[in-house]
Formats: sequence, structure tokens, C-alpha cells
Amino acid sequence: MAIKYSQTVMDHFTNPRNVGELEAPDGIGEVGNPACGDIMTFTIKVDNDVIEDVKFKTFGCGAAIAVSSMISEMAKGKGLEDALKISNKDVADQLEGLPANKMHCSNLGADALHAAIRSYYNAKENGQSTPEVVTVDHDHEHEEEKEGHTCKCPHCEIETPLDIPYCKSCGREVS
Amino acid sequence: MDRIYMDHIAGTPLLAEALEAMLPFYKEKFGNPSSIHGFGEEAETAMSEAREKVSSLIGALPEEILFTSCGTESNNFAFKGVTKALRSKGNHIVTTPVEHFSIMHTIKALEKAGFEVTQVPVDNTGTVDPQEVADAITDGTILVSVQHANPEVGTVQPLADIGALCKEEGVVFHTDAVDSTGNIPVDVNKLNVDLLSLAGNMFYGPKGAAALYVRKGTRIQPLLDGGIQERGKRAGTENVPAIVGMGVAAEEAAKSMEERSGHLNQLGKKLMSGLSDRIENLHVFGHPENRLPGHVSVGVEFVEGESILLFMDMQGVAVASGSACISRSLKVSHVMLAMGIDHATAQGSVLFSLGKDNTEAEVDKVFEVLPPIVQRLRDMSPLYKKKTT
Repeated sequence: MAIKYSQTVMDHFTNPRNVGELEAPDGIGEVGNPACGDIMTFTIKVDNDVIEDVKFKTFGCGAAIAVSSMISEMAKGKGLEDALKISNKDVADQLEGLPANKMHCSNLGADALHAAIRSYYNAKENGQSTPEVVTVDHDHEHEEEKEGHTCKCPHCEIETPLDIPYCKSCGREVS
Repeated sequence: MDRIYMDHIAGTPLLAEALEAMLPFYKEKFGNPSSIHGFGEEAETAMSEAREKVSSLIGALPEEILFTSCGTESNNFAFKGVTKALRSKGNHIVTTPVEHFSIMHTIKALEKAGFEVTQVPVDNTGTVDPQEVADAITDGTILVSVQHANPEVGTVQPLADIGALCKEEGVVFHTDAVDSTGNIPVDVNKLNVDLLSLAGNMFYGPKGAAALYVRKGTRIQPLLDGGIQERGKRAGTENVPAIVGMGVAAEEAAKSMEERSGHLNQLGKKLMSGLSDRIENLHVFGHPENRLPGHVSVGVEFVEGESILLFMDMQGVAVASGSACISRSLKVSHVMLAMGIDHATAQGSVLFSLGKDNTEAEVDKVFEVLPPIVQRLRDMSPLYKKKTT
């Protein structure tokens, strides 16, 4: 299958911004699992409830790397409350879209960033000097097709349960 | 930029001679081989010649070759056609967990229709034990099918032994030889097979022409109902130009097999050892000796295959991967999981399938291009950091 990524995705994939890990971070977030393919870790520096700096490390496909890079740019300089409002969909929109079958598995940047922010809040609340990593489990299950219960979404071709009116993966309506 | 193609397992370039032979059948020789006039006859004659060339590549009789449209059709035809014909004798099928999707998904459909399937496991080289296959056969077994060579890891199965055991048991034996035919010696009598799937575009023929070998006396029902083409076993007007091209490619494959595989073995060995020398934490998949020539399948730890492929493609090198991110279904290769390779390692899968036109200089180019890509991605990977600290 030829992979069709937008120019913005290819730009962020080939020249990812903010790669790495901050020393003495104020928050650490992690999301993903190797069965799905993508793992992202984010570290943030917070000053006056503003994200001063952010760095990421990602194991994953082109989309996962581009998503991490894009949200790191979007989050830098933002207030924590505003950063929490960034959704995975916002990131995909900023990237001029992602292939439908990558929307769920690779588009986890916002989850990873939010986990890092939660890690910061947790440390602050508990008076810890070093934050503990917050890990978000990726809920996507690649189960064996259950007899008669799933079928392929006509939009993104990912298996999705028959009994819900929208695709679990791409979110579009399924009649 | 010069592009380098190392994905021959996905399809080979078309032989110039094959294309030349095909062109008249798109132009003035456009007749339908079923017609009795001169136009039909010249198409029929060309198709018969192709049938002879394809049959002689695998040591079969011309009348044992049924032309189909692709390897997937051949595999569907074998499974659905034989089980339909032998339904009254039993409902049990024996196969392996490393088969192509055209078999894996056909099995699911047959299970829904009431057939029982036993999948004999493979070891960590991807090889099945012939005795385990024989042990899986029951009184109700009507079909055994084991792939000849695996496209993802290159392993070649001990087919002749499995075939001999099936013969003893009197069970019909099919092999998916799509990835081996034309590339390594395939002889239906030495391998003791009753049915064999092959496809022209795996040995420098065109897409759209493939075949199912059916040993004389083997019962099979058609997949498509219609006219009496292919002795009533496969209805539908034949793709004459593609069949003619496959014939030329089959003849050429038989002629130059030794030379091609000598070249491919040499390049494959160079590539495999060179990658192991240059990249740490690299796993080599498949059987060390019993494998397709020029097929190198590796797992690069701590990085994901699609990212590697994208960067290699930018440098003009075309390869494949069994990573979940590559597949539309986002599932990691079932072949690698069946061999006991863990998810994270399978995610870093890179497959090189070399062809007759690849050169040493092109392999050297891979050595130049790949290690920096791997390092760059590892520096970005949270798994790599965890491992080194």
C-alpha cells in the first residue's frame, strides 16, 4: 500500500521539532503499546502554569512521529489549561489530515501531552520534587475478529463492531 | 536519482521479451481463444504454447495447468474447489499458520461453512515438521496444504517429505508455490503435490496471469460458473496477452534459474552479513539455509518499519516490512507472530527481496543508506533509551 501523507506530515516526519528528553522535567507522560506500533513519551517544563519547553521521543510510524512533533510545537508557550484543550483531532487538522486508518493508532499526541500535564499536577498536589510518569493505556484492541460481531468500516477499512452507529476507529457514521 | 528496487516478492519487473511477445495479442491478434475462426485459433495456439512452457517449468503435463488471474484466485480455487468436490468424504483440512492471506481468509470462510481446520505450528525458523503434519491427518481429512516458500521470512518448507506422507495417507496435497515457482526448482512429482498455485509476476511475467496445477485424477469443482474454458474448470475469457507473457517468463526462468539463483545467493549473503556487521541489535528471520535466494528478512530493534521504509524510499531504495503500521488492517505480520517473534521486534521488520537485476553496488548503497536511518530513528525512540540506560 502506498502511504499517502500530506506535505506537512512529511515535513514534520523528516524534520521533527523538539525531539529528546528534558533534564529535570516538571511532567512526564507516556502513551501507547508495541502491539499497536506506537509509543510516545513527552517531558515538559512548566513555569507559571505555562509550558516553557517540551520534548518528545516516539517509537512508531511516520504519522506517529509527525503527530508528536506537531503537538510539541502547538503546546510550547501555551498555558496548561489551554494545552489540555488541544485534541488529537486538532493535531490531525494542523497536519492537514492523516490517512483514515492512522487516525486512531498514531494520533495519540494529545493523550501523551495531557498525561505529562497530569503528571505535573500530581507532583504539585502531592508536593513531590520529581514528577512520576503518567501512562495512558491505548484502548485500541486488535482482537481476533469475533464471529459476526465486527465488520470492516466502509470509510477506513478498520474492523469495527457491527452494533454501533459510528466507526470506533475513524469516528465516521456507519449505516 | 537512481531508484533501487528490492521488493521482488511484491512483484517483479516484466521481462522485455515477455512484453514483446504480449503486444500483438493486444493489437492485431485480439481474438478470443474459444472462437473457431482464424482469430480465435491464433490466440488458442499461443495459449497452448504458454501452457506447455508453464507446465514444463514445474514438471507437469500441459493439460494439468489451469490458467487463473492471480495467485489469490489459484489458492481460493484449490481450497474451495477441492473441499466442495470432496465434501462427502470428510470436512477436515490441515494447513499452517504462516500461509498467505488468500489461504488464511479462505480457511475462515470454510470454517464458517462447517469445515474443521488444523493449523500445524511452525518452529522459530518458520519451518513445519512433516511428521506433525502427518499426525494431524484424521479419517476425515480431505485436504492438506503447506506453502512452499514464505514471502515474509523466505523459509522454504520440506515439501517433498510432507507430500510423501500425504501420499501414504491418501490425502490430497496442495502447495502455495507462488513465491517459489520460477525462483527455485519446483517439480510437482519430486514434491509429491496434487495441486500447486503459481503466479507469473513472481518470475518476471506480467500481472494478471497465474495458474493452478491440478494433477490428473484430482477432483475439483470450479469457482466460477460459466463457459467451458479451461476444460470447464475455470470459466471466463482468458487473459491471452498476460498468459503469453507468463509463458515466455516461465521458459526464461527454467533456462536461467541456476545462473539467477547463484547471483541472488551471493548478493543475499553479502546483504545479510553486511547488515549484521553494521547494525547492532539486528535479528535475522527465517531459516538460515532453506530459504529463497536473495531474500533477507530482518528485525531492527527499537524502531518501526514504516519509518525506515519512508526514509529509504526518499533515498530511492524500495523495500517492504511486516510492521503493523504498513498494513491497512494495522496488524503485525501473522507469520512473525506464529514464529514466536514478539510484537516490538516484528514492528522493526524490514524485508529485502532481491532480483536478477540487482547489483553489488546496489547492496553497497543499502549499507550506506540504512545505518544512519536506523540511528536517527533510534535516537528518537523511547525504547532505545530504556535499553541503554
